[in-house]
Amino acid sequence: MYDSISRSSIFVLDQDQALDFYTNTLGLELSTDLDLGFMRWLTVRVPGDPAREILLERPGPPAVDEATAAQVRELLTKGALPGSLFLTTPDAQGTFETLKGRGVEITDEPSPKPYGIDFGIRDPFGNAIRIGQIFDTGLTWDS
Amino acid sequence: MRCLTGGVARSVEAENRRMLRARDAIDRDYTLPLDVPRLAAIAHVSEAHFIRSFKATFGETPHRYLQRRRIERAMYLLRATDRTVTDICMAVGFSSLGTFSRTFADVVGESPSQFRRRGPMPNAPGCFVKAWTRPSSFGEAS
Repeated sequence: MYDSISRSSIFVLDQDQALDFYTNTLGLELSTDLDLGFMRWLTVRVPGDPAREILLERPGPPAVDEATAAQVRELLTKGALPGSLFLTTPDAQGTFETLKGRGVEITDEPSPKPYGIDFGIRDPFGNAIRIGQIFDTGLTWDS
Repeated sequence: MRCLTGGVARSVEAENRRMLRARDAIDRDYTLPLDVPRLAAIAHVSEAHFIRSFKATFGETPHRYLQRRRIERAMYLLRATDRTVTDICMAVGFSSLGTFSRTFADVVGESPSQFRRRGPMPNAPGCFVKAWTRPSSFGEAS
């Protein structure tokens, strides 16, 4: 029935700040920044992977009322929304050093796992991002 | 009025985000003693306010949050390695085997060596193991 996931969305508090973080700090690239009139359609992607975009969406009216948007923002900033991204890298340690040098908030230092080496960071708003150098072990989740 | 409401909401968000930064520091540095002055500085609140603000934000004290983090790590190490219980106790930040065993039993509902018999953990990304295998609370395990 399906052949890919083309876009997924996370909430951010401020799209300018999000664009700056996700491109200049994290190292993704701008995919689309379009004023649709009713919303700013802002997406980023991994350089070289144009098929998958992440929509950086601001919660607010008229999609949801202001009180609801405030609840979303409160949950986002306390790390309680499920906006997580999983990025893969050929060099977890090197990527970690680069991001740490740029002042990124590290939640988990790189450590070896059965599936690879990975570490965790947070974006400026509270979203969790996991970055992993995944081994091709042939293992599945339940093996 | 609208501006005022917006201003209040924004300050809650900023406060939550700083408190999350402190909570992340607890998760990251769980082997170290709870350093309230340092955490309060990360959260931009006074030491006197830190514990109360943390509890208001996350529903439990920083000390309890740290204990659950350490027990979660111990649960992982018991199932994923063959290190001794004493070694694991020290590795996750407890300085006394007695306190560790008592806390573990209170939280998990069985002793570390009983728990170990459950066998190896399934693989899952670290952030999710941290969030979802953390014991739910003190005294709730049966």
